[in-house]
Amino acid sequence: MELPTPNADILARKGAIVRRLQSVLPEGAVIADEQEVKAYECDALSAYRCPPLVAVLPASTEEVAAVLKICHEEGVPVVPRGSGTSLAGGALPTSDSVILGVSRLNKVLETNYDDRYIRVQSGRTNLSVTGAVEAMDFFYAPDPSSQLACAIAGNIAMNSGGAHCLKYGVTTNNLLGVTMVTMEGEVIEIGGAYLDAAGYDLLGLITGSEGQLGVVTEATLRILHKPEGARPVLIGYDSNEVAGACVSDIIKAGILPVAIEFMDRPVIRAAENFTRAGYPDVEALLIIEVEGSEAEITEQLEKIKAIARRHNPVELRESRSAAESANIWKGRKAAFGAMGQINDYMCLDGTIPVSQLPGVLKGITELSEKYGLGVGNVFHAGDGNMHPLILYDANKPGDLELAEKMGADILTLCVEVGGCLTGEHGVGVEKRDLMGVQYTPADIAAQMGVKDVFDPQWLLNPAKVFPLKDTESRRSA
Amino acid sequence: MKPVDEKELSAAIADASGPLAIVGGGTRKIGHRGGAPLYTGGLSGITLYEPGALTLVVRAGTPLQEVESALAAENQRLPFEPVDLRPLQGTSGEPTIGGVVATNAAGPRRIQAGACRDSLIGVRLVDGQGHILKNGGRVMKNVTGYDLVKLMAGSHGTLGVLSEVSFKLQPIPEAGASVLVEGLEDSAAIAMLARALGSPFDVNAAAHIPATGQTLVRVEGLEGSVKYRAGALASLLGGTVVDFDWTTIRDVRPFVGRTGDVWRFSVKPSDGPKLGAALRALGASDILYDWAGGLVWALAGEGRDLRPALSGFAGHGTLIRASDATKSAVPVFQPEPPAIARLSAGLRAKFDPRGILNTGMMA
Repeated sequence: MELPTPNADILARKGAIVRRLQSVLPEGAVIADEQEVKAYECDALSAYRCPPLVAVLPASTEEVAAVLKICHEEGVPVVPRGSGTSLAGGALPTSDSVILGVSRLNKVLETNYDDRYIRVQSGRTNLSVTGAVEAMDFFYAPDPSSQLACAIAGNIAMNSGGAHCLKYGVTTNNLLGVTMVTMEGEVIEIGGAYLDAAGYDLLGLITGSEGQLGVVTEATLRILHKPEGARPVLIGYDSNEVAGACVSDIIKAGILPVAIEFMDRPVIRAAENFTRAGYPDVEALLIIEVEGSEAEITEQLEKIKAIARRHNPVELRESRSAAESANIWKGRKAAFGAMGQINDYMCLDGTIPVSQLPGVLKGITELSEKYGLGVGNVFHAGDGNMHPLILYDANKPGDLELAEKMGADILTLCVEVGGCLTGEHGVGVEKRDLMGVQYTPADIAAQMGVKDVFDPQWLLNPAKVFPLKDTESRRSA
Repeated sequence: MKPVDEKELSAAIADASGPLAIVGGGTRKIGHRGGAPLYTGGLSGITLYEPGALTLVVRAGTPLQEVESALAAENQRLPFEPVDLRPLQGTSGEPTIGGVVATNAAGPRRIQAGACRDSLIGVRLVDGQGHILKNGGRVMKNVTGYDLVKLMAGSHGTLGVLSEVSFKLQPIPEAGASVLVEGLEDSAAIAMLARALGSPFDVNAAAHIPATGQTLVRVEGLEGSVKYRAGALASLLGGTVVDFDWTTIRDVRPFVGRTGDVWRFSVKPSDGPKLGAALRALGASDILYDWAGGLVWALAGEGRDLRPALSGFAGHGTLIRASDATKSAVPVFQPEPPAIARLSAGLRAKFDPRGILNTGMMA
């Protein structure tokens, strides 16, 4: 993968730039040492690394504004960074860029249960937002699998989803307002503790813009009261097609579970070996979770089980206790880690229309044979958000490139059947050059036009999202 | 002009020599604008409907009625409860699905299922220079590039003319029930709605009608679940389980047939009753609360500017119904702070550099 050529002039001015940043930040908040900046050289797409020029860790909106103002004046690119859990390289630096980490912006600013929102600084982790309100039986709904580590700032940048978004939506559906600093260093407020901000939906536009339009420092998030209870059921089938048909029938029947998770045999086996969750050795496994009171849970599960039985399941296991529920989820939650035990892997997240599930799974198997690389599938089946894990050997020369090629073919297949390149991870650097598969040059130009408005000099996270050749003239202007 | 496909729409816009006023069903009279009418009714019909995937793709000029009938036949619906303001606005005709998107219209279920923008998963449009553009698609989760889908929702046709829109849908639940509490003052009513929404019972509508002293919440779902939750809410709130027609709230029916201007404010729910009092002090003759107090409708004598009532509250107000004279004197849309106004103007200039699309709207 190509990275833009660093600006030699910026590299030469490092000392002066560092001194200016030090003048507006407290001691320890500017990391310029060549060894120390290596801590920021990559995110969770760790195949690609590049130490930044300098990293800064501001602790307030004012400090973020001061940093951006300097970088704007100096013409230095800025790469915002939440917790560095991006699987798409969203926080990958360039050697001439300043990493702006929001990890010190981690306070809860306000909780309001009457109006059902929490206002936090954006570096706070996803799970600790729920942690701040769960004593009152409330929670923050989006639950990406990295929720223990990932920051709200990154969730907003990538419009993160999670297993439970079938019912509760993704970040954009749960975000009410932000305080954002523009590249010029101006602090703006968009939305607030009320619904549907006035004017254009700038909040919707910011969400998922991968840190290219501004740096979000504070966020107002919708919180919900927890349901009385939740319970999963585990259903095994001997074919992916039948499991897919079962999912479709459940949705058509008007039942809306909070989660429908799907795993195929390679993932089931890896998860079982890793966690001993008691998964059956079947072709396809569904975990379906419903919520409510005891009676409501029973009512929904009876309907789901009736539909599932019509498709002749190999296994149908309803949880009878909290321990059994935890066990059913244990394997799924550890699935990525379990696959990682076996191999290096690349995780994609193309999304497809649910009706195309069986065909796409078949297509992925064919590509796996063609490239000679194993692949496991684990995904949010209710919304068609796939997660094919392509297995490769990082120590074998050429294997990563082969996996990337196969990944591009899988994503192209997703787009061909009416889906998209990425459902929740974002484009980052990883899928940047595939944008043309999904969008026409005019579509891409319209999106770049939005960045022109927010960041005319293309200094914020400039080498992401769009094909490098399309952005070159803007980045070097 | 009444293009029948995207190509004709593109040509009509590219060749336009002056301002265009985009007309769907012509049922919404928000704002004022001049220009040659550009009718979208020729861009009609459902392109793709997959009930098993809960997705619909439909041309923008399709009547809302046609969309809702097709969905109802499969026992599905648009989640956000589109409003029908024809009686309030005194208009006739058939609203189009594109008009629903352009105004981001959402009814009482907004508090749980989101607004139109939350169900909208894809758009095709023609921008102010005639470029045919798409964004999003037909899948529920999509973070590929910027979310121009949200930007288009509620942009009142000022950034482009929609040609096709896609939605995620909702199954029509087996049952629904409402709980009614009577005789509460505004602030006590809104506090009670907060208690209902702070319960685990998944309330999806919450309103207060000061004129009749009715405070209402709604639950929907499976038969047994609805019975259980409605019962639990009735005992929590000290109310009774009733059948209630929520189109009363959705379409602001208490104001229908009464003269005067109609305003719509969005604020923090607990600020609702305080705003209501401030609006009355400025001359509002009636108030209606939806969204648990977060949406405040006000009826007032013609030509009054009610926006000063917002001072001290975060939120915004739109003048929904008024004479042209009033609309010329009082801003229809909430004036924006300078930094936001600059971004809005910048976006508008990018999508419509000649400034020909619905020029008077959102201005």
